[in-house]
Amino acid sequence: MLRDSVEGFLSEHSDSPAVRAAMASNSGIDERLWEKICTDMYWQAILVPEEFGGLGLGLLEVVIVLEQMGRFLTPAPLAAGTQSALALRTVVDQPLAKTMLDDLARGQLVAFAHTAARPHWDGQGVEIVATEVPSGWTLQGEARFIASGNSADALLVVAQIDNKLGLFRVAANQAGVAFSRMPTMDQTRPMGLLQLSGVAVNGEDCLATDWGQHLEAVLDLSRIMVGAEQVGCAQASLDQSVSYVSERVQFGRTIASYQAIKHKAADMMLKVESARSLLYYAACVGDETLMATAPSADLREAAAMLASSAGDAAFFCAGTGIQLHGGVGITEEYDIQLYFKRARSMEAYLGRPDEQREVLAAMLLDGDDCHAA
Amino acid sequence: MQLRFTEADEQFRGEVSDWLTDNLAGDFSSIRHRGGPGDEHVYVEERKAWEARLAEGGWTCIGWPEDWGGKGATIEQQVIFNEEYARAGGPGRVGHIGETLTGPTLLAFGSESQKQRYLPGIRAGKELWCQGYSEPGAGSDLSAVRTRAVLDESTQSWRITGQKVWTSLAHESDFVFVLARTDLAEKGHKGLGFFLVPMNQPGVTIRPITQLTGTAEFNEVFFDDALCSSDDIVGEPGQGWKIAMGLLGFERGVSTLGQQMLFQTELDEIIRIARENGTGKNPAIRQRIAEAHIGLRTLRYNSLRMLSGGDDGSLNREAMIYKLCWSSWHRNLGKLAMDVLGPEAEILEAAPYSLGRLQSLFLFTRADTIYGGTNQIQRNIIAERALGMPREPRGES
Repeated sequence: MLRDSVEGFLSEHSDSPAVRAAMASNSGIDERLWEKICTDMYWQAILVPEEFGGLGLGLLEVVIVLEQMGRFLTPAPLAAGTQSALALRTVVDQPLAKTMLDDLARGQLVAFAHTAARPHWDGQGVEIVATEVPSGWTLQGEARFIASGNSADALLVVAQIDNKLGLFRVAANQAGVAFSRMPTMDQTRPMGLLQLSGVAVNGEDCLATDWGQHLEAVLDLSRIMVGAEQVGCAQASLDQSVSYVSERVQFGRTIASYQAIKHKAADMMLKVESARSLLYYAACVGDETLMATAPSADLREAAAMLASSAGDAAFFCAGTGIQLHGGVGITEEYDIQLYFKRARSMEAYLGRPDEQREVLAAMLLDGDDCHAA
Repeated sequence: MQLRFTEADEQFRGEVSDWLTDNLAGDFSSIRHRGGPGDEHVYVEERKAWEARLAEGGWTCIGWPEDWGGKGATIEQQVIFNEEYARAGGPGRVGHIGETLTGPTLLAFGSESQKQRYLPGIRAGKELWCQGYSEPGAGSDLSAVRTRAVLDESTQSWRITGQKVWTSLAHESDFVFVLARTDLAEKGHKGLGFFLVPMNQPGVTIRPITQLTGTAEFNEVFFDDALCSSDDIVGEPGQGWKIAMGLLGFERGVSTLGQQMLFQTELDEIIRIARENGTGKNPAIRQRIAEAHIGLRTLRYNSLRMLSGGDDGSLNREAMIYKLCWSSWHRNLGKLAMDVLGPEAEILEAAPYSLGRLQSLFLFTRADTIYGGTNQIQRNIIAERALGMPREPRGES
């Protein structure tokens, strides 16, 4: 099974010392591991269609891998590259898109740069502006929260064109491009800042001039990927906490034997399993969307439910995990603090759980006709 | 996770739904949506007649083997039946204890003569059963039962003495299965027997328990030298605990999707009111309604995971959290209903104490987190069995 092979690989190559070494590196990414993933495991190619050298599998497979990567806090830009693959699949009739998908499958990293998120994650948050010039286009502005940090060979940039959104390819080393890492509270998940100052791209680098309709679906599919990491993060917080309280002895017995502790652990498991049920549902809906068999309202709903549930689960489990660890929970030495920071950064990324619930509330309460179950 | 059923299963769904449409009509229209949890005391005669109608149509005990009158229905088909039954507004089943608990227990542990004596009556919807487990001193700790069974060698019958409690539909039932102590020198799980006892006899007295809703669907049942034939112990004296626990394992979650359909109608009602009375514009209420929606969908996908799990009957992780999940969700829904109704929630349909549907929901859902294993016991079970944490220390009983 895929899950077992992922778990086996990561437990060997992405243990706590490896994660901490990557945290201390400039890029914040375990570059050797990422290379090994791209050559030996081929996870970067899961969603790349077979005709472009990919595996042509579905979101479900990506979710299985990302759940384990969340469990191990693996600092590798799989979600970032997969976001780009999803975006490129929407413009696959463009020759450049074919080339880029092919590059992705061969292990080149293309990061998706779409928003400055002040405070909007959707099209309203797009601050880069594209202006058409005789030689092609000029791009100006910045995008933040890029999920690969400042690692990427190329960027897939969403930019405003009047009232529409365009999609462009920008090389990371191009003139006028400043691509840096934002210092972040969560040390295991680097975030990139892209600043474009009059960057000139030619006409072929414009993949779409009216791409806005696809952004929401790419973001919802991204939310499902985030949900996978959150479920993994919640599971690891539970596992590490149970393991700690089973060894810690106070008042002559392990603290795992106290109901106050057991009931907290049970509540953590309830949240993990609930979020996992929604995760695998959402992954199925995601795959149906990719095969264009599910209406996009289903995807919107599934992603919002998952983001709310998995976001809360990860934060609850990591936070409760610190409490169950007692004093050592707030030390740098134990990993539970890393999960806590990861849970926090992921719940805010692409919209807080309460914002996702508001999306659902609007579906349930604001439409003209009464909602149908 | 299977999001959809197969074509053959969907065809089965059509059969169920057609039959229910044709039969849950006429005189039976009045009992649609009635007699569920919190409402079990109503329309009992009509529901008995309905049980017989179901039996005639071949829709009782569909999960039983064909040899005993069942359809040998798969788990998926049983789920579909329950789903369609709920969708059609099928009334609370007076025969459900017999069908889902007594029957499977006898099929697994009963003697040939016990099967022949009792299974046909259940299958025909004619003989109703109730459950004799909990006692005033044996709630969460079921193994503390003190009801005792003594074999009278001269008459070859067991004499049962003690008190059971929380017995639904006791006064309507023909039989009760009783967990009682056969070896008074033993404590806890040891020395128990599992008995099939007729209700209609001088040694059995029933007293209804009035609940906070003003209605009474639970009873206390007193046994005072009640008689039970020596043929009517299931298994051997001393095996009662094993049989009682096996019985709890027969609940494979086939009714969960049907239950969720009822929950959905309650949530829909709350959403309708929120849209009408303006509370649906309140941001805090909006968050809670969205949470309720997510929670109900989570129950659904939990169930689908549960059903696609292994066939070995062992409880998997999602099955272990299910009771805690739905009971907490449902209890919160009751409070949400009251908050959406606001001050109107206080006004009854009629004096002296006629509760509306949502008022009943609010009050009766306080029981959900208690019966069938309290939330605290559920958390112990999760911590001990799923997470491998130490078992609770036991005091002297």
